[in-house]
Order: sequence, then structure tokens, then C-alpha cells
Amino acid sequence: MEREVKPQILVTGAGGALAKKVINKLKAKYRIVAVDFRNKVDLGIPVESYKVDFNKRIFEDIFREHHFDGIIHLGRISSSDSDRFSRYNANVIGTRKLLDLAKKYNVKKNLILSTYFVYGASPYNPSLLDEKTPLKASELTMDLVDSVELENLANIYLYKYPELNLTILRPCNIAGPGVRNTFSTLLAEKNAPVLLGFSPLMQFIHIDDMRDAICTAYEKNVKGIYNVAPDDYIAFQDAVEMSGCKKLYIPSIPPILPERIAKFLKWKAFPAHLINYFKYPVIIDGSLFASTFKWKPTKTLDEIFSYYRGLK
Amino acid sequence: MAEKRPSLKRFYENNNMEEYLKHFPNNVGSSGYDPWGFNIEGVKRMLPISKFLYEKYFRVEAFGLENIPKEGRCLIIANHSGQLPLDGMLIGHALLTNPHGARAPKAMIERFLPSVPFVGNMLNALGAVIGDPVNCERMLNMEEAIIVFPEGVRGAGKIFKHRYQLQRFGNGFMHLAMKHNAPIIPVGVVGCEESIVSVADIKPLAKFLGIPYAPLVFPMVLPTKVYLHFGEPMDFTPKNKEFKETEISANTAKVTETIKGLIELGLAKRKAIFE
Repeated sequence: MEREVKPQILVTGAGGALAKKVINKLKAKYRIVAVDFRNKVDLGIPVESYKVDFNKRIFEDIFREHHFDGIIHLGRISSSDSDRFSRYNANVIGTRKLLDLAKKYNVKKNLILSTYFVYGASPYNPSLLDEKTPLKASELTMDLVDSVELENLANIYLYKYPELNLTILRPCNIAGPGVRNTFSTLLAEKNAPVLLGFSPLMQFIHIDDMRDAICTAYEKNVKGIYNVAPDDYIAFQDAVEMSGCKKLYIPSIPPILPERIAKFLKWKAFPAHLINYFKYPVIIDGSLFASTFKWKPTKTLDEIFSYYRGLK
Repeated sequence: MAEKRPSLKRFYENNNMEEYLKHFPNNVGSSGYDPWGFNIEGVKRMLPISKFLYEKYFRVEAFGLENIPKEGRCLIIANHSGQLPLDGMLIGHALLTNPHGARAPKAMIERFLPSVPFVGNMLNALGAVIGDPVNCERMLNMEEAIIVFPEGVRGAGKIFKHRYQLQRFGNGFMHLAMKHNAPIIPVGVVGCEESIVSVADIKPLAKFLGIPYAPLVFPMVLPTKVYLHFGEPMDFTPKNKEFKETEISANTAKVTETIKGLIELGLAKRKAIFE
């Protein structure tokens, strides 16, 4: 009997909760090869898993052994996980290597996960930032340079190599079980730091909705840049309350003070370089993604925060 | 003649505040916030305070409220003064309780205000939004009534000796009015200039605190009597889709002159600063 030939997808960042969910959703339909720079992730049969550094030559062997139809690039070192130099190497140089290999091996569908952080948190931000809004994060903090550079790099490949059919997603705060980003870590804490006198408006998307957004965007494959966010909003301090956290008030003036406190505390949930995101809203307009991919989130804010309440 | 406004107390007594607020067009989500931070709960909390300030503290007399469109997009353009955006709050309250048709006001505020602790979030909850054309365009497309102070910080931060001297009006509001066919309701505000008396602007302190001005003020908001004169709607719909900057400037000058006239009306009306 002839063995069924499934299209092959390379998924990066396989150790992360979001990647695991994406793999679980797609593995019935696709042959998945999972890679992670941290460790070899056991995702069970039939998922092949590798621990690999994109910047090492051996990475290309995976492309030689498999004929990928697509890449879903979710793997990134977050700003709280490593120093600036290592992050730049992994996130920017590593992504360039990945995209070069995608081009060399004729991978036809490519998706990169970015973040809304690239817009930068500024008191001058208008609301509902669309995809054409300049990326100002690196103007505000050097610690987000790699995020902005990754986007710039992806943009160059998007327009220079249209055959890559590159989709770049900029989601709002992803939250829910297993998510370890700054705001998810914070909401899981008993005591959550908040800046006295500031409660910026925020958007949250449940990890399951984000998984569906990624899978839909990959399968429908309409190249371009898209914000991914629900049209529902909540003030940060309300989100903290709804998550069952006690507020730990941090003085906010003079502006240098909270930054100093954050540097002293070295708290993952309150990193100094993200202080502005605790002060000013970065509300993104997700309507282009919603209309292009006919996508709508299914989880409400209350459902998102009930998970964190359950942890207390 | 100043008009008698419906008592907000009635809304509380009859416990129909929810019903009252339901009539306001807004775009709020499951937690009661719209994309600019407007929040029904915030409005509920602030209404008794703004009512007290409007009726008891500043004893506002408003004229020409019938000129405010009951629905549809419009720009409410006023002179700015008083160090704090009290004028915006009083105009907003007038819109909110207009006997000819209440509107949920949106107000374009100075860009530095979101960086002031407590003030930024409180103003957002009440419908204030930073004065960015992108915000204004989106809100006009959502048929909102938007209060704009084209003088910006030049007007709000001016010292006492410059009271009632209109500062330069930016052209941004006129560009948006012409582009989006939004009528302009000019407003002359009298009384806020004397509510917070600033004798100097301490620039080094402003720089240290990261704000555009740091006024040396008498540490109290004085209970001056405030007059609001709403003028007739001004239509600047352009004949052609493309219009020149000189045309915009000429139209801005017309609005400036009209507001000057409305301020004169207010000054003529008042007998003294506190009565």
C-alpha cells in the first residue's frame, strides 16, 4: 500500500506552549518537524524534533533531509531570557539564516510571529494602530532593537522575495495556560506590580485563539503584515484585578524612579525596559487580519483571566 | 438666556443611570472600555463631580446649546485656558446634559497629559483622547462629537497677563473638518482663565518632570463664574476634493474670529469674575 504523503512544515520554538498547540492542531494534516534552540522537545510520534541553533551550519541538514512546504517561525528568545547580543544573534541573524534557507530550498509558505511591542509604548500613540504605523520600540529602548530588526528583516524578504509568501503576525498580549511572556507571568503572580497613577488600556488574546489565528493564516496564506487582536479592551489594573492579583503599587514619578526600582528588583514580570508598556497604551487594529482570514477570537476577557484566578 | 438643564440627581434618584448612559453612542467592549479608554463606569463616577463643578462651583451659564447637532459628526472648537483642562470638562458636561439632545463627548487633549499620573487615565475614561489626527479621523468616522482646543498647550499654559489673548490656532482641526465634512461648532469660554492664576512658567521644573509647562500658581482652583457661548454650526465643506493649505488657513482664521466674538459676548455678560 502506498504511504500517504503529507505536506511538511518546519515549526520553530517547539518548546513554547504556543508552538506545542500549533503542532498538535496541524499534525494530523501535515508532517511536522519541530526545532528548538533550547532542547529537543518530545512531542511524541509522528513529530520529529531537533535541538538546533539556526546559526550553525548543521541547521541546513534539516532542510536537506526534508522537503518543507512551509515554515512557521515561532521561536524567539524573549527580552527577559538573555542578553542583548545573544538575542540579536538568535532572533535577527538566526531568522535571516532561516529565510535564506527557505529561499534556497523553495519553501512556499512562510509565517513569522512578531509582537505588538514593536510599535513602542508612547504617550503619543494614537489608538488602533494599523500595520502601516512606524515601529518606534527601538527609539524607546535598546532592549527591543532585535524585535524591530527582525520585523525589518522580514519586511525586506516579504517584498524582495515574493515567492516566499511571507506572513508576519503582530499579536497583542498572548495569555493563558503555559504562556510565559511578561504580562502572562505577571498575571500569574499573587502580587502584581502596577505603576501608581497609570492603567494603560490593553488587549489580550487567548493562546487557543492565537493558535487558531496562526493555523488559519498559514493555511490560507495571504502574504503581508497583520496585527492580531480582538476588538475588546481592558485597563491594565482591571486585568490585574480580574486575574485575582493583589496590586503592588510602584511609584511612577519622577519617570526614572520605576525604572530604577525594576532594575533593582530584577523581576521577570516587571522588566525595566518595558516600563513604558505599564504606562501607555499600545492598542492595535486587528481588523485587517479578521477580514482577510475571516477570523474571530472565541474566548472572552473573562475566560482569559479566569485561568489566572484559578492559579491563586 | 441661559437654559435650565435637567437635574442629574434625577438620574440617580430614579436609579436609571444605566438607562441614561445607554443612549450614548459608544463602542465599548465587554469590560466597558472603547479603544480610547472611554469607560462607562468612569463616567458614572465622575458625573456627580462634574455636576457639582458645573452647577455649584463654577455656576456655568451656557448659551446656544441648541447649536450642537443631536447626532452625527461634529467638531466643537473652543479657546483654551486655565492650566488644567477644566474648560474641556465643563464643555463636556454641557454636551452630556444638553436638554436639546445629550451627546457623549470626546475631547482632544494635549499630548503630554497621558504622561501625568492619574490625570491621563481619568481623562481617557471620560472620553478625552490625545490630540492626534489619526484618533480624530477615526472618531469622526464613528460619528462622534469631538471637542478640540486648537491652541493646545500654548493656550492652556499661558500666564495670567495673557488671558483672553487667543494663541495661534493650529490648522489640523480645519483640515479634518474639510476632509470629513464635519461641521464646526465654535465655543467662547469665559471664566476659566481666572480659575487658576499662573504668574510664571518654571521651565527647568517642567523639563525635570517631563511636562510642557510648570506654572507658578496660587495653589487653589478659584470658583470663578464660567460662561460658555456655543455659536452656530460653521460649514466648511470644500468645493473640490483637493484643497490648498491657504484655503485651510483662511477658514481657520474665520473660526478664530468667530470665537473671539463669542468670548467678547461672555466678557460683556459677566459683571465680575466671581458673580
